Amino acid sequence: MDKNQESTFVKLIPFFEKYGILLLILIMVTVLHILQPDVFLSWRNITNVFKQVSWQSMLALGVFMVIVTAGIDLSVGSIIMLSLMGLAIASKAGMPWYVVMLVAPAVGFLCGLFNGIGITLLKMPHPFIMTLGTLYIFRGVGNLISGGVPITGFADEIRVIGNGKIKLESILGEGSREYIPTSLILMIVIFFIFWVFLNHTRIGKWIYAIGGNPGAARAAGINVNRILIIVYTLCGFLAGIGGLILAGRTNSAYPNAGLQSELDAIAAVIIGGASFFGGRGTVLGVFAGVMIMGILRNGLNLMNVSVFWQQVLIGSIIIIAVYIDVLRREFSTRK
Amino acid sequence: MSEEIVLEAKSISKFFGKITALSDVNLQITKGEVLGVVGDNGAGKSTLMKVLSGLYKPSEGSLFFEGNKVNLNSPRDSQNLGLEMVYQDLALAGNLPIGDNIFLGREPVKKMGPFNFLDHKKRKQLTEEHLAKLKINVKSADQKVEELSGGQRQAVAIARATAFDAKIVIMDEPTAALAVKEVGKVLDLILNLKNLGVSVIVISHRMDDIFSVCDRVMALFQGTNFAESTLKNTSRDEVIGWIMGKKD
Repeated sequence: MDKNQESTFVKLIPFFEKYGILLLILIMVTVLHILQPDVFLSWRNITNVFKQVSWQSMLALGVFMVIVTAGIDLSVGSIIMLSLMGLAIASKAGMPWYVVMLVAPAVGFLCGLFNGIGITLLKMPHPFIMTLGTLYIFRGVGNLISGGVPITGFADEIRVIGNGKIKLESILGEGSREYIPTSLILMIVIFFIFWVFLNHTRIGKWIYAIGGNPGAARAAGINVNRILIIVYTLCGFLAGIGGLILAGRTNSAYPNAGLQSELDAIAAVIIGGASFFGGRGTVLGVFAGVMIMGILRNGLNLMNVSVFWQQVLIGSIIIIAVYIDVLRREFSTRK
Repeated sequence: MSEEIVLEAKSISKFFGKITALSDVNLQITKGEVLGVVGDNGAGKSTLMKVLSGLYKPSEGSLFFEGNKVNLNSPRDSQNLGLEMVYQDLALAGNLPIGDNIFLGREPVKKMGPFNFLDHKKRKQLTEEHLAKLKINVKSADQKVEELSGGQRQAVAIARATAFDAKIVIMDEPTAALAVKEVGKVLDLILNLKNLGVSVIVISHRMDDIFSVCDRVMALFQGTNFAESTLKNTSRDEVIGWIMGKKD
């Protein structure tokens, strides 16, 4: 590469860093529309994609904040299962729906708090260890309290969160079958709240600062442990919300709920451009990462591509996404 | 220049178990003065600075700030008095812009109902004003610190230390990690601070730094005050001798 070429390449990096991911979604949608003109962009299919990603996006958003602090949370898949079981047991115990509804986020909150306290106060060498431990513990507890069997049948008020439909008859005319899933609205609202939190509050700024240089954050008088506990607690809380959405979608709490979904969440965050080294990434990027995973799976399913090929593709995308991050660091950091 | 003493340390001793890190050390600095502190490794420079910044409590002796005796329990206490430390490892977050680093932990906010939101406009404005006041040139206040050169980073670290009307800034080896051509800029910045009435304590082993910015130099040797002189009345060779424990 000669000098001129290199400098244009370097100039393009910030552009791709900001909009590259949206470009990728646009390309995917166009390609899938060409390959599946009748099905892919149909209202039914698109709402289906959103319904699929809504609970997964909660995990991704929580894991994203953790990754910004240069940490990791492997336990979110188990938190979603434990909060789902908690919800199911509260429901079976005959508690009113508004209490049942609070159980899942509350269980998630407590699980996250447990992670945060363990990581900071027990001075674990890396959050990987603590959350690997709780990955087993939370799922184990979930199976202990449920006896390891599925619990099904929840009140309509619970189901509406994950499965509700906002009919568009008033806009599109009588008898139209188009609708917006309630879970999509919830997802957008939560993503917006966390966007505000991360970009427009001091704690949000400190989360990025800790990921950039924890020593600098400490020297600035920031209580790093307190912020980390907040981050892991919020991550657990979001996983609990994910459990609530999943309860509505499946009308069932089952032992394998959320199994390996922590890995999907990490994948979405990385594809969305967040750096595993911490301090870098955006809420919009996470949204895009989640959508890319969702669209990819949906598109490949529509074309009857085997699940095995889906695994190969998603894995490849993760590696490419991180390699782009490596290149970006090489070019933009002056040493 | 007024002769008002801003900070005074009187017969400071610091023991770590049986080890005596500082023994009966005195230090004083007046408003707008640049004081160089030299000494070999283990002479007690760092320990003394940590005592001044409140990180260590002295075993014996006392600190006076603008004539009043003070007890420092943490770096926060010394910051509240107007004493800031610029660390050798800079303590900046490379992923954040210049302005965010300068105001990290003390971000300007605006109230909206029960919530405090970051005031991005005000932070940017304050950053630009402050950088202009210190004559620090950067492309933009929004530039990320990791994109800056070593000298610019040092300048941001100093800007950060002085953003809240610091009266005294302690700099630990401010030019040690810099390319030769950038050293001059940082030294100019120290002189700017002096002109703004800020007192600066520079710890350095580079005689060039000491002799281009300091008004006075003091040498520590094995945890004690060894020698001290205004710059006019000493020479490089003499100061180097002090560091090695030689006095005529």
